[in-house]
Amino acid sequence: MAETTTTTPVAGDDPPRPDGPSRTDDSRTDGSRTGDSPAYGVLGDSLRTYRMVAAMWIRSTMAYRVSFALTLFNSFCVTFFDFVVILLMFGQVKGLGGFSFAEVAFLYGTAGTAFGIADLTMGSLQRMGRRVRDGSLDTFLMRPAPLLAQVAADKFALRRFGRVVQALLVLVWSLFLLDVDWTPVKAVLLPVTVVCGAVIFGAVMVTGASALFWLQDAAEVTNAFTYGGNTLLQYPPTIFAQELVRGVVYVVPLAFVSWLPALYVLGRPAPAGVPDWAAFASPLVALVCCGVAGLAWRAGIRSYRSTGS
Amino acid sequence: MSSTEPFIHLDGLEKTFTVRRRAGLIRREKREVRAVDGISFGVERGEMVGYIGPNGAGKSTTIKMLTGILTPSGGRLRVAGIDPSRERTRLARRIGVVFGQRTTLWWDLPLKDSYRLMHRMYRIPDARYRENLDRYVNLLDLGDLLDVPVRQLSLGQRMRGDIAAALLHDPEVLYLDEPTIGLDVVSKAKVREFLKDLNGERGTTVLLTTHDLTDIEQLCSRVMVIDHGRLMYDGELAGLHGVGESERLLVVDLERELPPIEVPGARFVRAEGPRQWLAFPAADSAAPLVAAVAAAHPLVDLSVREPDIEAVIAKMYGGTREERRESLR
Ligand SMILES: Nc1ncnc2c1ncn2[C@@H]1O[C@H](COP(=O)(O)OP(=O)(O)OP(=O)(O)O)[C@@H](O)[C@H]1O
Ligand SMILES: [Mg+2]
Repeated sequence: MAETTTTTPVAGDDPPRPDGPSRTDDSRTDGSRTGDSPAYGVLGDSLRTYRMVAAMWIRSTMAYRVSFALTLFNSFCVTFFDFVVILLMFGQVKGLGGFSFAEVAFLYGTAGTAFGIADLTMGSLQRMGRRVRDGSLDTFLMRPAPLLAQVAADKFALRRFGRVVQALLVLVWSLFLLDVDWTPVKAVLLPVTVVCGAVIFGAVMVTGASALFWLQDAAEVTNAFTYGGNTLLQYPPTIFAQELVRGVVYVVPLAFVSWLPALYVLGRPAPAGVPDWAAFASPLVALVCCGVAGLAWRAGIRSYRSTGS
Repeated sequence: MSSTEPFIHLDGLEKTFTVRRRAGLIRREKREVRAVDGISFGVERGEMVGYIGPNGAGKSTTIKMLTGILTPSGGRLRVAGIDPSRERTRLARRIGVVFGQRTTLWWDLPLKDSYRLMHRMYRIPDARYRENLDRYVNLLDLGDLLDVPVRQLSLGQRMRGDIAAALLHDPEVLYLDEPTIGLDVVSKAKVREFLKDLNGERGTTVLLTTHDLTDIEQLCSRVMVIDHGRLMYDGELAGLHGVGESERLLVVDLERELPPIEVPGARFVRAEGPRQWLAFPAADSAAPLVAAVAAAHPLVDLSVREPDIEAVIAKMYGGTREERRESLR
């Protein structure tokens, strides 16, 4: 949502609009361009565009109900088998890196839900590399709507909802199994974590998509951070090398998606010598990530070069 | 900004692409392509201007900058007082764009759905939308196509669909990049007629690129010729004749086959039996030449052929850049 065109027109920069020489129909004076009103910030405009485009794609997929139901089911199953791996593992061992099954399920649920939401809303950004390469992004750039919203909502795939549902079920299940002293702080922290986690994943996806303006094959790298990051976060940090854990705290701050707050909820110490208050830093980290993503996106658009034909 | 600035105003506009290409196994070589190399012009409201030039001249690149799709590398650009690349979305509501080479519609959706989405995206008032849609469906014969997914439309059908889409929101200016490419004779005529009416009745400013000079002849009183990213000519279409070493032809039918005619002020081109072709500068009068030929040769018939605009332009495109720029001075 960071694609910002200057919304407040510079005073002297406003176009003089001499009425067209032969313009008799008055229905096309400024009244018909209410959209210019600065009341619609870029964020509002983005949300509106996103809703509009996504709704259109949902309507067009719903035209084939059976096939939609099948793909949704398929998506659910694929992610479910993902979790079956963990179930099977606990059939063999009692704990994983000192974490019980309930605790791992909790990690899995928080990371998976956050990632699922980001993937549902921003997953289409992955395919932008093709549009940059073949120049079909031109079409989006001609429209009076923020580019990011148009690209993110393009071919909106409701089937990705299957992943969210699956992760959420695991999360709820883990809450029944867990033996945690719930405090009000922890109860608030959990939903905040999921939302901030989704925002952080989303920001990483946008930053990755920005890289596509320069390197059209960067999608694989981004996937390593998003899909890879999701898989990483589903396991306890204790089973990974310290360097890797520090990397996802300080370099690509994925640890804030779920690990740090989730460990606090579980009453465990933060990994790799990270201070304990970091468990509450997710909103701040999410904000910073959005800022970085926004700058990258803007720079990307400015260096977009279209194609020769 | 002064209120006298033209509606579309380019001042020393530049766009440079850096292209990398292999030079050896790993080493890559950077090279700069100056697609638009310092173009300046102004277009007033309500004008209909042709923008022509050979392949790779920089026409599409200019239009993309005018739309805000590409950010210029240098120079100044204003459309309706707006800097396109900085306020792209604000400008978008006021312009319409048709790329002949590429659809701006949603490929997988029926035409109707694309239009419906435009309706909301451009915030077109309902009454206005319906009125425009009816009008364009009528004029461009889209009635049977509304339920067809865009990818199933033929090139000509798609083009008409694209033109309607670009105009639903009553843009003040319309950029057309090769709108008649691949159309049959009837469709071309229809599109031209439509554009002429649009410009005449609604006063929509039109900037048109094309490789079909008939488009220009029938639609535009003003034409700009660019090559290698530079403006070579800006003026009336008719004025192109006077440009460069444009020549007229004197076709002479003699009584019998004779050796090539030699008269001052004309150049022998070729002969075919008793018929001979002589070329002379377009700016010169034909009368003294005709008199000179008639005095020395047995004439049966004779005619003067005006230079073909295509030939003039081909000549402009053909020579080296320096030659042509000299000739334009
Ligand atoms: N995205 C790009 N990357 C690199 N070079 C480009 C790009 N777009 C255009 N060019 C180069 O810029 C020059 C001008 O291209 P442009 O597409 O503007 O030409 P044109 O006048 O529209 O030609 P045509 O009549 O063939 O459509 C060409 O030399 C082209 O190779
Ligand atoms: Mg072109």
